[in-house]
Amino acid sequence: MRHTISILLENEAGALSRVAGLFSARGYNIESLTVAPTEDPSMSRMTIVTKGTDEIIEQITKQLNKLIDVIKLIDLTEGVYIERELMLVKVNVSTAHHREEIKRFVDIFRGRIIDVSETNYTIEMTGTGDKLDAFIKTIDSTLILEVVRSGVLGIARGSKSLRV
Amino acid sequence: MNKANEAEMMMGGDIFVNALIAEGVEHIFGYPGGATLHIYDAIFKQNKLQHILVRHEQGAVHAADGYARSTGKPGVALVTSGPGATNAITGIATAYLDSIPMVIITGQVPTALIGNDAFQEVDAIGISRPCTKHNFLVKDVKDLAEIMKKAFYIATTGRPGPVLVDIPKDVTINRAVFEYPETVEMRSYKPVVSGHLGQIRKAAEMMLSAKRPMIYSGGGVVLGDSSKELIDLTRLLGYPITQTLMGLGSYPPTDKQFVGMLGMHGTYEANMAMHECDVLIAIGARFEDRVTGAVDKFCPYAKIIHIDIDPSSISKNVKVDIPIVGAVDQVLQDLIQTIKETDQKPDAEALTTWWKQIEIWRAKNCLRYDRNSPLIKPQFVLEKLSELTEGNAFIASDVGQHQMFVAQYYQFAQPRHWINSGGLGTMGFGLPAAMGVQIAHPDETVVCVTGDGSIQMCIQELSTCQQFDLPIKIIMLNNGYLGMVRQWQELFYDKRYSHTYMEALPDFIKLAESYGHIGMRIEKPSEVENALAEGLAIKDRLVFMDFVIDQDEMVYPMIAAGKGHHEMLLSPEGELA
Repeated sequence: MRHTISILLENEAGALSRVAGLFSARGYNIESLTVAPTEDPSMSRMTIVTKGTDEIIEQITKQLNKLIDVIKLIDLTEGVYIERELMLVKVNVSTAHHREEIKRFVDIFRGRIIDVSETNYTIEMTGTGDKLDAFIKTIDSTLILEVVRSGVLGIARGSKSLRV
Repeated sequence: MNKANEAEMMMGGDIFVNALIAEGVEHIFGYPGGATLHIYDAIFKQNKLQHILVRHEQGAVHAADGYARSTGKPGVALVTSGPGATNAITGIATAYLDSIPMVIITGQVPTALIGNDAFQEVDAIGISRPCTKHNFLVKDVKDLAEIMKKAFYIATTGRPGPVLVDIPKDVTINRAVFEYPETVEMRSYKPVVSGHLGQIRKAAEMMLSAKRPMIYSGGGVVLGDSSKELIDLTRLLGYPITQTLMGLGSYPPTDKQFVGMLGMHGTYEANMAMHECDVLIAIGARFEDRVTGAVDKFCPYAKIIHIDIDPSSISKNVKVDIPIVGAVDQVLQDLIQTIKETDQKPDAEALTTWWKQIEIWRAKNCLRYDRNSPLIKPQFVLEKLSELTEGNAFIASDVGQHQMFVAQYYQFAQPRHWINSGGLGTMGFGLPAAMGVQIAHPDETVVCVTGDGSIQMCIQELSTCQQFDLPIKIIMLNNGYLGMVRQWQELFYDKRYSHTYMEALPDFIKLAESYGHIGMRIEKPSEVENALAEGLAIKDRLVFMDFVIDQDEMVYPMIAAGKGHHEMLLSPEGELA
């Protein structure tokens, strides 16, 4: 089953490689991994999406907790939570037809066109991975020049929060 | 900064040495090099810390490891950058798999050169990450003292383990005020000590309801100095107890309740009792594959209670019913208290039946061997060694058949006396580990039991033993083969002995003598006891005893790969019983 694990860890050099190294050394899957400092610059917040049986997920959370740099973590999948991913897409829109079509799809998917040149649009879109996948499938694949995705961010719904 | 303050400033090398002294370190094991010149200069200028110069960095780490295992204090090793660090890795991984508290310091190229592929540069942090509990790169001399404090704190608390500190050369030259922190507080690292009382109550109830109980204890009892609590609990309950390779010494082996080691080369009675038990009480043990045999056949009738300090050990290999996370001594104390307070008592009737069954298994006498052979049997050498030393010697072993024979035939009367690489299985561990033990216990008998394969992996340390007058007794069981690998080839590869024959062995007596030691060669069973007595009586010299043993001897009983505890291979001798 797919799990989204959120981790607070010391913002130290090497902390990321400790986590990544743990996953590769023990043969766990990483579907996506994102990390950035929090409002307290001494800490980073990481979101990992992984897959495994309940036993494997239990081992993953225990092994992560065992890392000295990990302060706290939660498996968001255990409760209700919000998941978002950011995507930037550069598309070729050299004809008026394509410009119109792309604009229409971007509106339907509630994205934004954030850069325009004679032949290109750059689109910004956020949402769940499924929604971003759906957008990519919807538009004419021959128009796509580049796709950049951030990986998943997650946060629990309601008053539950991951903090020190 | 004014003049007075400048005078208080200390070079990084001196800060390092003073930090070790503040930690109470008396001995460090190491080998110098370019990146550690300033540290070595600081060592030269003081006399509180004794440095033991080894002949290879692997030896330094194993020696520090042996020191730690035999004392409970953290072992400290110091090596230079690049090849110094990579040579140390085998030793670090050895300590990591057996959870040994150690601090390893590696020199590093100056910070300005890091990442430039400088001379003797290697990413020690990257290489050691998967085999250390934690590691640190010291980027500024101002952080050095605090990092040293943290390194010792992390290495020695919770589930212990090796911590590596990588110190660039410029950090050892730069100056800072030396202030060693008294305590350390880390928001991300808070080891659990006490077990959950609700879980302990549930465990006590399950233990007392058992009809066929079994206690299975491991290295955690030794590391946690909980031998007394283990003995108290076992005697209180009257249950049978088996131990892992790493647990030996923490329960008196001559006690009736002790059924011997379990696992791949465990006793028939221990493994059969594991297979048949209905409640298994695992204490400071981690269900390693050499212990469990095939996991799907492991303890099929048992509910399992597992006491361990490391939550990630729980249900890692085998699903347990009642986990208790905490320090073994604390949990056992609480457990004993709970059992004493409850009205429930062990089921005496069921226990009598259970013990009857165990005695039937025990009567099989699975450790029998041929006592009439004209060749020296390795079992006989260790049995005699055990008798002559009354189970009180420190035994450091290498890895292979001889290691298993020690575990089976040496009756360890005390914990922290059995020094062996159980997890990683590192050949070459024995001699340097014995050096560390002898440094820590200069007046005790320290024996290195080894084989003709293993001893040659770190034989250069005979020179260190000469320099530091270490009167280790080396007992080499020489069969001219890599015996354990050969045993598998014999049993499972149709006797195709691929590359397990040690051709061109040296004359070990001459070799020992060339290093200034005493060499002995023993070729007949009738000479064994006298030779051992003679060797052990020499207190001031290293004695290298080369026992020429039966080449065909194998370690029995044995659980083959993929088999369960109840599917042991017994020796032809054992089946006679």
